[in-house]
Amino acid sequence: MQITLNGERREIAAATLEAALTECGFTGHFATAVNEVFVPATARSGHALSEGDRIEVLGAMQGG
Amino acid sequence: MRTFYGTTLANPLMLGTARYPSPKVLEAAFRESGAAVATVSLRREGADGAGQAFWQLIRDLGVLVLPNTAGCHTVKEAVTTAHMAREVFDTPWIKLELIGHTDSLQPDVFQLVEAAKILSDEGFQVFPYTTDDLIVGERLLAAGCEVLMPWGAPIGSGRGLSNPYALRAMRAEFPDTPLVVDAGIGLPSHAAAAMELGYDAVLLNTAVARAGDPVAMACAMREAAEAGARGFAADPIEARDMAEPSTPVIGKAFLA
Repeated sequence: MQITLNGERREIAAATLEAALTECGFTGHFATAVNEVFVPATARSGHALSEGDRIEVLGAMQGG
Repeated sequence: MRTFYGTTLANPLMLGTARYPSPKVLEAAFRESGAAVATVSLRREGADGAGQAFWQLIRDLGVLVLPNTAGCHTVKEAVTTAHMAREVFDTPWIKLELIGHTDSLQPDVFQLVEAAKILSDEGFQVFPYTTDDLIVGERLLAAGCEVLMPWGAPIGSGRGLSNPYALRAMRAEFPDTPLVVDAGIGLPSHAAAAMELGYDAVLLNTAVARAGDPVAMACAMREAAEAGARGFAADPIEARDMAEPSTPVIGKAFLA
């Protein structure tokens, strides 16, 4: 299915958020949101994705 | 030193982690500043894991982290960012920024109060980046905030304290609330001035990170903030308009 991940359109085979992150090569410590709603790490494996979902993957960054 | 949500800080500096010439300079500046708190942020992560290296650097500093909601313009955006920050940084602390004006980055205090209420109710310990408005301060405390962080001047401007009168009034109005001057500090004297007003800490970033020698400036900021804090604690004299001789007049010889 086609999704948007951090603003970029991608074609993925994965059906859940957890599987999509693995498929796209994400490892380490980060937080996720789908369609502008926070999805905790514990809920990723049970979060089914739908066509056109917008996924945000955020990590630590310098800030003031 | 004041206590922020149960955590007492030995050093009155809170230092940002952005805009340093290199991670090495960031690390050296932090160690020189003695800052016990580092502000951090969240941004889109690549599969290369760029954020992981930064997060490791911050953890190695052994300081407390204060994640921000920088760049958020709506309550929903700020609240969601706070949720995500709590998971990434594993802390209930959140520096709540809700930007209302593009050029000055002035906080949107109406949305700020709304978001502060939502997050406080959810157990977050909110550090609101606000203006020096007393009524907004009251509303933020009523919303559950136990710290207020009024701006000294617009973020990154280095202008110092635009309105010392308002900051003094805020200190007087909220004598038992930890207060932090956040943003606008450019010089060590600005940090000292904030502490001389009785503020509990100063939060700065650009003044150190963009100085020609960030490490030396970090040292200067630490010394200035400490000097200001000690000056306030020492109960300064009242300023007056006319001179008052410091040398006693009694016993002066008649030689005219």
